[in-house]
Amino acid sequence: MVDRIGDIWGTRTAFARGERWPVREDLKLADGVAEADVDRWVTSACVLCSNGCGLEIAVKDGEMVGVRGRAGDVVNHGRLGPKGLFASWQGVRNGDRLTRPLIRVGGELVPTDWDTAMDVIVERSKQLLAEKGPLSHGFYTSGQLFLEEYYAQAIVGKAGIGTPHMDGNTRLCTATAATAMKESFGSDGQPGSYSDIDECDAMFLYGHNMAETQTVLWMRVLDRLAGPNPPRLVCVDPRETEVARHAEVHLAIRPGTNLALMHGLVREVIAQGWIDEDYIAEHTIGFTELGDAVRPWTPERVAETCGVDAEDVRRAARIFGTSDRVLSTVLQGFYQSSQATASSCQVNNLHLLRGKIGTPGNGILQMNGQPTAQNNREAGADGDLSGFRNWENPAHVQQLADLWGVHADKIPHWAPPTHAMQIFRYCEQGSIEFLWVIATNPAVSMPQVPRIRRILEQESLFLVVEDLYLTETARYADVVLPAAAWGEKQGTFTNVNRTVHLSDKAVEPPGEARSDLAIFLDYSRRMDFRRDDGRPLLDWTCPEDAFRAWQECTRGRLVDYTGLSYEKLRGGTGIPWPCNEEHPDGTDRLYGDGIFPTEFDRAESFGHDLLTGATVGPLKFRALQANGRAILKTAAYSPTTEGPDDEYPFLYSTGRTVYHFHTRTKTARSRQLHKAAPGAWVELSVPDAERLGIEEGDLVRVASRRGEIVVPARVGDVREGTVFAPFHYGYWDQGRSGPGDRPTAANELTETEWDPVSKQPILKVAAVRIEKVADAVGPAPAPTTTASRPADPAGVPATVGGPEAEVEERPRVTEPPRAPGEGALT
Amino acid sequence: MKLPVYLGMLHRAEQELASSFHTVADGHGDEPDVHAACTLLAKQCDAHVAAMQPLVDRYGSQPDDEPERLHAVALPEPRSGPLGLLRDLQDVHLLASFVDMTWTLVGQAAASLRDEDLQQVVTACEAETSVQVAWLTTRMKQSAPQALVVAG
Repeated sequence: MVDRIGDIWGTRTAFARGERWPVREDLKLADGVAEADVDRWVTSACVLCSNGCGLEIAVKDGEMVGVRGRAGDVVNHGRLGPKGLFASWQGVRNGDRLTRPLIRVGGELVPTDWDTAMDVIVERSKQLLAEKGPLSHGFYTSGQLFLEEYYAQAIVGKAGIGTPHMDGNTRLCTATAATAMKESFGSDGQPGSYSDIDECDAMFLYGHNMAETQTVLWMRVLDRLAGPNPPRLVCVDPRETEVARHAEVHLAIRPGTNLALMHGLVREVIAQGWIDEDYIAEHTIGFTELGDAVRPWTPERVAETCGVDAEDVRRAARIFGTSDRVLSTVLQGFYQSSQATASSCQVNNLHLLRGKIGTPGNGILQMNGQPTAQNNREAGADGDLSGFRNWENPAHVQQLADLWGVHADKIPHWAPPTHAMQIFRYCEQGSIEFLWVIATNPAVSMPQVPRIRRILEQESLFLVVEDLYLTETARYADVVLPAAAWGEKQGTFTNVNRTVHLSDKAVEPPGEARSDLAIFLDYSRRMDFRRDDGRPLLDWTCPEDAFRAWQECTRGRLVDYTGLSYEKLRGGTGIPWPCNEEHPDGTDRLYGDGIFPTEFDRAESFGHDLLTGATVGPLKFRALQANGRAILKTAAYSPTTEGPDDEYPFLYSTGRTVYHFHTRTKTARSRQLHKAAPGAWVELSVPDAERLGIEEGDLVRVASRRGEIVVPARVGDVREGTVFAPFHYGYWDQGRSGPGDRPTAANELTETEWDPVSKQPILKVAAVRIEKVADAVGPAPAPTTTASRPADPAGVPATVGGPEAEVEERPRVTEPPRAPGEGALT
Repeated sequence: MKLPVYLGMLHRAEQELASSFHTVADGHGDEPDVHAACTLLAKQCDAHVAAMQPLVDRYGSQPDDEPERLHAVALPEPRSGPLGLLRDLQDVHLLASFVDMTWTLVGQAAASLRDEDLQQVVTACEAETSVQVAWLTTRMKQSAPQALVVAG
C-alpha cells in the first residue's frame, strides 16, 4: 500500500524509449470494503483533470465505494492520480449535495419542486424573448459536462433561442489551446498523443506544471526518466516546480514575457539551420514573415527581457533543434498569460520548422485544463459552431441548419461568438438579463471577482445556477437547479489527446437531482422549441440518442465520431477520434502526412491577426492559398500593460495545487485531499521575504489595484520579484458567497483583461504589493510535496496522508495496451 | 511636386489617429479589450510618425492649398455607453481608412520616384494600418447587434 497523498506519483515502473508503458493498476476502496465485496464495477473515466484516465467505479449496495484504474486503457494503463483516487467518488457522494430545486422568495432561497422552478425559468425566458429577443439570453457552462449535454445545450442556444452569448469556463482553461490550433492548422484537433512520451528524445513543457495538473501523465514521464535513454527535459516556469527539478534547462522567466522567449527560441533554431527546408516549402506558408518577426530576438535580448541567462536560451534551442524526436506540451503558464495565442502558436511553429509533427515522439500537446473541455469546444457550447464548423463559412452554417431543421439565419453567425468576459460585461450593462450558469463557479474562478460578484447580484439579472452544491455563485441565483453528478448519469467525454470515454451510470442521484441533459431537454420541451417542420427541436429520450445525433453532426469532419458506439467504448479502453470507416480503431496522431485542414471549405477558422485579434476574413484567407499547408503565424512582442511599479512592486501569478480541482467543490469534500491543502496561502521568494521581514507562516496582505487577500506566507522557491497564489480558495465552506475579513480567493486581485485572439483571461500577470499583518501561528497550510514546498524545510511538517490515504498499486499485472496503429513502429 | 503635401497630410493624420485611439482608450476603459488594443494601436501610430520624420525633413514641408479640406481631424471627446462606443469606433475607422488610403497613395508616388527609403516605410506602416482598420471592423461588428438591438 502506498500513501498517495505523501507520494503523489506512486511506484515507478521504468521503461525505455520505444517500449510500451508498463501497467500499474491503482485501487482505492472505502474503509472496510474489500475488492471481493464489490457488487459491480461500472465503466467510466476520471473527471478531475484533463488527462481522462479510464477507471471503473466500485458499487456496493447502490452506493459508490471506490475506484480502480483500467489497466487496458490507452490513457493511463491502470493508474490514477490523488484527485481521482480520493475525490471522484467521495467528492460527489456526501450530505452536502443539493437535492431539491431552490427559488428566491423574499430574498431567500427556498426549496421547491421541479415544475415550479422550471415554470419560473420558462416564464422569464419567454417574456424576455418576446420583449427583447434572443440577445437578452446568455449561457455560461463548464468543462465538466458530458458531450451529449454540451450538444443539447448548443442546439438549444443556437437553434432554439438563437443567441451568440454562449461560452464555458473553458474560456479560462483551454480557449488558447483551441485557438492556437485553429490559427496554425486551420482547425481545433490535437496533433499529438500521450504515446509520444514513450517515443520522444526531448520534452519541452511550456508553462505546464504537469506534475501537479496531470499527475498520471507525469508518472509516464517519470517512468521514462527512470529508464534507459531518458528524454531531455526543458521547463519554462517562474516557479521551481517538480518539472523544473527534473529539467536539464529551467527557464524561470519573468511572468508576461513568454512571447519574447519563444521569439528567441524560433530565431535560434532558424539561425543555426536546425530547420527542415523541404518540409517548410511543401507544408507551410509564412516562413519569410516569421523569420523577419523574430530576427531581432537574439539570446541576449531575450535574456534582458525575460530575466534569464542567454546561455540557457541557447541550450534550450539546441535541445529542440538537435533532438531526433521532440514533444512539446503547453498549459496555463502560456494560456493564462500575456499574448497567449501568439506564444502558443510559436510552439506550433517550432515543430513545423523542423517538420516534427504527427510522427512517433514528434508531437504537440496543447493541453486542456478540464476533463471535458474538449467536448465543449467540439459541440460548440463555447459559442463555436458544432463539429469544428466555421461561422464565416455559409456552407458550414447551412449544414447545421439542415441537421437541426431550422433556417440558417436562426443560427447566430453574423459575428464571432460572444466570449465569457464579454457575456459578463453585457450582464453588467444590463443588456443580458437572463444568465444560466451550469457546473461552474464564476464568483471564485473568474478574474477580478469583486466585480463578478457585483454583476451576479445585480437586480436586472435573472440568474439560474445548475450545480451539485450551493456554491458561492449559486448563492446569488434566482433559481438553483440540483444536478446529477458523475457516476449518477450516463454520457461520453473526450480528453486532451482526443480519446473518447464512456461513463456509465453507477448509482442514483440524491433526492430530486437530475442530469444536465434531462434539464436541457425539459427546458427545450417547456419552451416548445421546434424545427421548421413542426417537430420538436430535441426529441431525444436518452444520452445515446444525443450521441447518435452528435455522430451525424461529425460525419466527414476532422472530429469524426461515426465509427464509435457506446458498446465499443465499453471494450476496456477509450478510443481517440477521428474514428470512422477508414479508422475503425481510432487515430493516435494527426498530420503525420503534413496535410492540414486549411483548405477554404475545411477550415474551422479563417484566422486572426495575433497582435490585435482582427479577423482575417474569407477574402484574405482565400488569397493566402494555404490549401492544406500549415500557417506560420506570429505577432510582435508587447510588454504587459500592468507591470510592477513603486506602489505595486511584485508580479502576481495564480495557479493550482495538485490536491485540488477548480474551486474545491469536490476535492475539499475528500478528507484526504482537504487535509493535504486545507487553506489558502501565498508563495514568495527567500530574498523578497527577507527584505519585507516576512517569515514562514506570517499572515500577509497581498493587494492589487482591484482587491486584496489576507493569507499565510509560504517562503518558497518562486522566482524573485514574483508571488504566487492558488486560485481554489473561495468561501463556500464558510457558508458565504464572498469574503469576510479574511479574503482568500486569488482572483480578488486579478485584472479583467484577456488575450485578443483566444479571449482567455490573463490570470498570471498582475502588479501587487505585500505587507505583513501578523506573526505566524504555524507554517503556511501549503503542501510540502510540490512546487509550494518551503525553501527551508525545518519546522514545516511534511505533507502526508496517513492510513486513510493508502492505495493499492499493482505494477505490471497485465501486458500494456497498444495505442491505435501501434506496432508498425521501427 | 505635390508629394510633400501628402506627406505632411499623412504625418499629421497619423498624429490625429494616435490621439483618437487614446481618446477611445481613455473613454472606454470599462471595455478592457478596447482599452488595450487602442493603447497599442496609438503606439503604432506614434511609431509611424517617428518613422516618417526623416522623410518629411528630406522632402520638406509644403503648405496645403486647401488645408481645411485635406486634413483629417481627431475624435474630440469620447461618447459613452454601448452605442457611444460603436460611434466612436466608427469615427476612428473613418480616420484610419483615410490614413490607410493615404499610405497607399504615398506608396504609389514612392514607387514612381523609386525612393527605396520611402517605400520601406510605406510597406511597414501600411501593413499595420490595414490591421488597425481590420481590428476596428472586427470590434464594431461584434458590438453592433447588442448595441443596436438590445442595449438601453
